[in-house]
Amino acid sequence: MLHRLRFIPARLIQSIPVAFGVTLIVFFMAHLLPGNAALALLGQRATAESVAALTTQLGLDRPLPEQYLIFLAQLFQGNLGTSLTYQVPVSDLLVQAVPVTLALLLYALILSLFISIPLAALAAFRPGGSRDLGVRGFTLVGQGMPQFWVGIMLLLIFAVRFRLFPVGGYGTTQLDHLYFLFLPALTLAISMSPTIIRSLRSSMINVLESEYVGTAKSKGSYGISLFRGHVLRNAAIPTVSVIGVNLGFLVGGSLVIERVFALPGLGSLMINSIFSRDFPTVQGVTLFVALFVVVIGILTDVVYTMLDPRVDMSKAVRA
Amino acid sequence: MSTPTLLLAARRQRRAAAPRTLKAWYQNRALVAGIIIVGALVLVAVLAPVLAPYDPVEQDLLNTLADPSAAHLLGTDKYGRDVLSRLIWGAQVDLRIGFLAVLIPFVIGTVVGAVAGYFGGWFDTILMRIVDVFFAFPFYVMVIVLVFIFGSGEFSIYIAIAAVSWVSYAKIVRGEVLVAKQQDYVVAARLGGLSHGRVLVRHIGPNVLSQAIIYAMSDIVMDIMAIVTLGYLGLGIAPPTAEWGSMINDGQEFITTQWQQATIPGLVVVVASLGLSLLGDGLSDVLNPERRK
Repeated sequence: MLHRLRFIPARLIQSIPVAFGVTLIVFFMAHLLPGNAALALLGQRATAESVAALTTQLGLDRPLPEQYLIFLAQLFQGNLGTSLTYQVPVSDLLVQAVPVTLALLLYALILSLFISIPLAALAAFRPGGSRDLGVRGFTLVGQGMPQFWVGIMLLLIFAVRFRLFPVGGYGTTQLDHLYFLFLPALTLAISMSPTIIRSLRSSMINVLESEYVGTAKSKGSYGISLFRGHVLRNAAIPTVSVIGVNLGFLVGGSLVIERVFALPGLGSLMINSIFSRDFPTVQGVTLFVALFVVVIGILTDVVYTMLDPRVDMSKAVRA
Repeated sequence: MSTPTLLLAARRQRRAAAPRTLKAWYQNRALVAGIIIVGALVLVAVLAPVLAPYDPVEQDLLNTLADPSAAHLLGTDKYGRDVLSRLIWGAQVDLRIGFLAVLIPFVIGTVVGAVAGYFGGWFDTILMRIVDVFFAFPFYVMVIVLVFIFGSGEFSIYIAIAAVSWVSYAKIVRGEVLVAKQQDYVVAARLGGLSHGRVLVRHIGPNVLSQAIIYAMSDIVMDIMAIVTLGYLGLGIAPPTAEWGSMINDGQEFITTQWQQATIPGLVVVVASLGLSLLGDGLSDVLNPERRK
């Protein structure tokens, strides 16, 4: 098992240019602000002194390459600058917000598997049948629903109408978190599942047509045991990379969903910072999210290799 | 094969990119349904001045939050504006931006991807690294940050969407060109003495473009989602212009008493996306019959 993970160091090295590219883009965001960035950020609060102070704080008075090197050096020390609104290090704000968003993402991923696997199986066992059409209809409609609107609809049904769940917030204890995060996680799961179902369905159909499933059937395996033992694991392999690619999309969606449910995660931090024109915080969240997506890409490759003994990533990495 | 025969083969292949028969088009149910839904919505958007019973931004502060009635079929919002009229005018804003926003990234991405795939070399290597970097930023995060930087409004939305989504077209078209340039008809055209530019534009272009067009349909859906989401977050089209996302945001406040205000604009988005998805699925069947699953 372990020898197949030898590709990891090479894969990490391969990600380094991408990570640098990400820092470069986040760095240049400040320079895309029209006119004097410090003036643009301060807006109505601007006085001659505050503009000068912010210019120095952001390092805008130095040559560009030097600014970028300073930005990088600070980044390596975990210094993402100081929030203009809260006057605390941006990294402190991230430390508070990240666990909420991570919990939401993980929860959503688990729920989406609970939705997708049964529905994909239902559709794949008789392609073209009425259940298949129903599931495909769900994926078609599901793809077209704005995520935040799904959230509002779930709120309307489960929190306002039936009062089963809170309308927002995060709670205080671990158990609270599970309860408070259920609706937001379900929202994300619903918007993520059409993509997973589509991929799982088509790979399940392929697997069900394969000879080894025919052999298993002829040996008397059927129903759930056939599904668990022979179909699911093999059908899951292509889906893992689909999930990996779409996790980036899920991260973006979770930021919007946090707004709907008033969760104190990265999304709320980012949107609030946008409204208060707190650029260092916006920059910090963006950088964190993008680097997180790069890490997800690496993790996806690891899971992929573990699931499928035939995959040899060391070749893919070298190529 | 002699050179003239090869050239003929090249010409025939180019023609093959066109739809086989008209019949294949109207026999495709997804395509027909998609065209009907999208066509109806576009018609509503174009005819908004005629169809909308009221001015979408006119306030009637004596008649706010009215329940649906004969005078106001979907009721009024918190400023007493007619919800139905805002919905109809919203179609104009959301659909127009959705369709227009696709054009710039489509052109940029297709050209960059085609050139990179055809010529390869250092340009291709650098492009693929840039694509990797852009893919690290989730769509919404990038769009939100760019709209923040350029200020809210329609123009910023175009820039933000173009900056984010050209990458996908470049990646798709590059992949298609890599396959196409190995094909006999391309080799034949080159042997026939045609220039790189001509081969790329006249021979490879038509054969790889269909994938980009199919992707564009799902991209329009993404763009409409982005516009609606920005509107919901208060970062999109400035009020009081009628826009579906900001209507949902307005309605969320009164969800306990006036559920339809947040629900109906969302349903309209779902119908629009459904129509575009069906159109995309149908187009991919008709344009790529050999790839149908």
